[in-house]
Amino acid sequence: MSDLEMAATSELGVRPSADPSAGPASTARTRSLTADAWYDLRRNWIFWVASALVVLVVLMAVAPGLFSSADPTACTTRRQFAGPSGGAIFGYDFQGCDVFSRTVHGARASVLVGVFAVLMTGVIGLVFGMLAGYFGGWLDAVLSRVVDVVLGIPLLLAAIVLSKRLSADQQGSGIATVVIVLGILGWTTAARVMRSSVIAARSQDYVAAARMLGAGPLRIMWRHILPNALAPFIVVLTIALGTFIATEATLSFLNIGLRPPAISWGIDIATAGKHVRESATPLVAPSVFLTLTVLAFIMLGDAIRDAFDPKLR
Amino acid sequence: MARYIIRRLLQMVVTFIGATFVVYALMFANQNDPIQALAGDRPVSDNVRQVLTEQYHLNDPFVVQYGYYMRGLLTGDFGKTLTGRPIGDVMSDAWPNTIKLALLALFFATLFGIGAGLVAGLRRGSAFDNTTLALTLVVVGLPIIVLAPIAQLVFGVKLGWFPTTAGARPSLYGLILPALVLGAASTATMLRLTRASVAENVRADYVRTARAKGLSARRVVAVHVLRNSMIPVITLIGVDLGTLMAGAIITEGVFNIPGVGSKLLLGIQTEDGPLVVGFVSVLVVVFLVTNLLVDLLYAVLDPRIRYE
Amino acid sequence: MTYSNPYQQQWPNQPAPAAPVVAGWDDPNRGGWDTPTAAWSTPPSRARVNQPRSGEHLLDVRDLRVEFGTRDGVAHVVNGVSFHVDPGETLAILGESGSGKSVTAQAVMGILDTPPAVVRSGQVLFGGEDLLTVSADRRRQVRGQEIAMVFQDALSALNPVFPVGWQISEALRSRRGINKADARRRAIELMDMVQIPAAAERVDDYPHQFSGGMRQRVMIAMALAMRPKVLIADEPTTALDVTVQAQIMDLLATLRAELEMALILITHDLGVVADVADRITVMYAGRVVEHADVHTLYAQPAHPYTRGLLASVPRLDHRGHGLHSISGTPPNPAAIPDGCAFHPRCPWAQQVCRMTAPTLVRIGRLDRASACHFPPEALDARLA
Ligand SMILES: Nc1ncnc2c1ncn2[C@@H]1O[C@H](COP(=O)(O)OP(=O)(O)O)[C@@H](O)[C@H]1O
Ligand code: SF4
Ligand SMILES: [Mg+2]
Repeated sequence: MSDLEMAATSELGVRPSADPSAGPASTARTRSLTADAWYDLRRNWIFWVASALVVLVVLMAVAPGLFSSADPTACTTRRQFAGPSGGAIFGYDFQGCDVFSRTVHGARASVLVGVFAVLMTGVIGLVFGMLAGYFGGWLDAVLSRVVDVVLGIPLLLAAIVLSKRLSADQQGSGIATVVIVLGILGWTTAARVMRSSVIAARSQDYVAAARMLGAGPLRIMWRHILPNALAPFIVVLTIALGTFIATEATLSFLNIGLRPPAISWGIDIATAGKHVRESATPLVAPSVFLTLTVLAFIMLGDAIRDAFDPKLR
Repeated sequence: MARYIIRRLLQMVVTFIGATFVVYALMFANQNDPIQALAGDRPVSDNVRQVLTEQYHLNDPFVVQYGYYMRGLLTGDFGKTLTGRPIGDVMSDAWPNTIKLALLALFFATLFGIGAGLVAGLRRGSAFDNTTLALTLVVVGLPIIVLAPIAQLVFGVKLGWFPTTAGARPSLYGLILPALVLGAASTATMLRLTRASVAENVRADYVRTARAKGLSARRVVAVHVLRNSMIPVITLIGVDLGTLMAGAIITEGVFNIPGVGSKLLLGIQTEDGPLVVGFVSVLVVVFLVTNLLVDLLYAVLDPRIRYE
Repeated sequence: MTYSNPYQQQWPNQPAPAAPVVAGWDDPNRGGWDTPTAAWSTPPSRARVNQPRSGEHLLDVRDLRVEFGTRDGVAHVVNGVSFHVDPGETLAILGESGSGKSVTAQAVMGILDTPPAVVRSGQVLFGGEDLLTVSADRRRQVRGQEIAMVFQDALSALNPVFPVGWQISEALRSRRGINKADARRRAIELMDMVQIPAAAERVDDYPHQFSGGMRQRVMIAMALAMRPKVLIADEPTTALDVTVQAQIMDLLATLRAELEMALILITHDLGVVADVADRITVMYAGRVVEHADVHTLYAQPAHPYTRGLLASVPRLDHRGHGLHSISGTPPNPAAIPDGCAFHPRCPWAQQVCRMTAPTLVRIGRLDRASACHFPPEALDARLA
């Protein structure tokens, strides 16, 4: 690195210890990297806006009553497209349902799907990525082919086909089905990221040293590799959470994910879209909430990544 | 290089078989009554049952059925839809529309993404930079099911600039709004990547060298900065193709374009197995070939990359 | 011209060159520690120092000041640097890393990024024309065509995605408008000139396919493509092995002579330029602290900083003995010490050094000056 570049970097306020190119050399280093990242994160307004949005959406999911006391399923065509009144600040939709109440209650499906799908893809991605990265060889080759196959079909398309099949027989709450679909199809990026982190960490001196001292693969992976590989993994999963929420809404929009009487932003957007010429407000409210939620997770992931990898700024 | 291509082609064959097999299995296997599934909701007479059993080799093991299907596929025989239409005909109707739509979307994405990304990267921290950055953030978070109906409402219904639906034989003009919607996410990612890449490259030593040669500012940017910044952006096009195809399902639905996306969705909803597997097979091939081409293009653009 | 040494008498006890000298650089017994006997005995053959004709030099930099706006405040990187070169002459600019040499060179070339850099004041006179005040177009015309530059790290300074021949002849094509075939031929000629073997076969290779030394030759060929009158080489050999360093230095010296160029060699390593430079300008914290012709500088360094630098040069005749480097580090340009910038590291420092900054004063009859409150005799006396 020339002095000029050095100067340019320091101009960006990057402390030398946060230099990502040096790679994680020790646990102490990792700690300071984490501390540095947290320092950067606290100074990033995007992080705070995103976090606030996430808290808001989670609150709506856990306790919708805090926001709207109206029953989202108490609909009557008498109030079709009626304007705002009382608690129904966004008025009523085609079926005469309280748009605001439905929007607030719609958060639960999104959050549930997002969180559980991310947990599932996280576990699958972690295990596959670690195994492929740590052991390499034929295991890596096989897992890489599996990743290729899953990635060979666009997520949404695969999700449509799979949801259709899984929900063909059963009726009722589709949340579990959607979670399973996204879990089966969505783990590839997480696995890839974990795999390359593991490969990078595996060649580090301290890992070799630990191995020489007789530590078993499980212990090495858990104690030495995982802590260093965690940051990019968390970033990918945070962004995936946003993507999964969008995919759930899309599947529901297509009448394949959640179906009425379930309450989902995707369903409401689809219904409102059909009657958009009569009234646009029922379309806007769930659209805005869905966008903000997806955006919040993507921004959060971006902010974390920037904090850990200042070069990308 | 040749070895690399051969290895990649072999991997592609594996991926292709894997992907099509999974979709085939999902569409045909594990059905309580495959023939009923094949026929959709219509009642099936014993006679038809007989014909279908033979046509789809239903008495053979499942993998053999798949084998027969593949053999047909490779000889260009996609079979027939449940409604009896040759799938090849459906494809030749649908593909041109989707290809037009996707190319138009890709065109807009590259034009706006690279153009604005270049300006933003050269003027980091400027008002233009901050505005585009905020805009791209919103667009990246905007699901297409939100964007498509709202764009249709605003630019089609309210402002009347574009037709609200494209119709059976979409004109190029009718495809502009859908293409902008479809390409929005790609535009945003391309813009951000171009910006980051340009911002990094303008500070590169070789750009300083180019300036030291007394080249014009225009040439420094167009030849040295832009050329090097395009290398990572090219990879994005391969990835974007998947996003575009998925997005086409929604976009074509909303704007009523008779393309691959809407045919596929219809096929999935009516459980038209042959149609879905046929379309997905072609999609997978397109996707894999594009990605191989992108990787090869990458090596052409960056001589430091050697494949073996 | 005859060479005279005004300090000969004050340095009577010069030890024989082979005598082991172990003293610390501030050791009083080090009187003649750097006497380069060989060069001393022969009159400087290359020192064809062009005396200013009617006060006009080919390139004359006067009182150049460059600042950077940074988060921590204004970084005063170049603080009134002056030097000049004439055709056929080699000027070395010497100083530790961070002393502002590269920024000075880039300010002369006009390739500093502004912002963050600001050229506060000064003149860069090329053939009498102040490049700091001419139009951007004229500036660009001079750049590369009249004054060219070779950078330190050829690997990053060459564009990785274009063949070397293409890069060498790029300026010829885009500025002189010569066609592709001629450009290619010129590129091969230039590669021959910088002694790249099999130039015709290698003209279409990419930078990463060359060794470090060959890449630096490519850089030099590229800089010479427009036949510049001044060549600035910013640490051209720092990234290379010692043997390759010598080859590159020889090449530069040869080319300078053949092409009658003025050569400015920037380095932090006095050992590298000893054989090629005619005059040396020593920089510290963005200021010129001493300048002299190379022999005088080696024999009787006037400034304590120069003395320190000399003490840290590995020399064949002093082989086997530890290097003496100046303790401490150069100051942060955003917080340059008051008084003499060198005082925190200077073994001679006195109260006056902390209070007032010394100015560059002429020493003796030669084109020679030092920026220290104490003349060399006084420094020597204090050591005795
Ligand atoms: N873009 C910049 N912003 C802030 N400071 C800079 C910048 N470029 C160089 N500097 C500072 O200028 C000083 C001198 O740099 P440089 O000219 O590269 O030194 P040298 O070439 O003598 O090693 C260094 O301390 C460096 O930190
Ligand atoms: S002025 Fe003082 S501190 Fe500076 S070099 Fe001379 S003696 Fe040292
Ligand atoms: Mg330098």
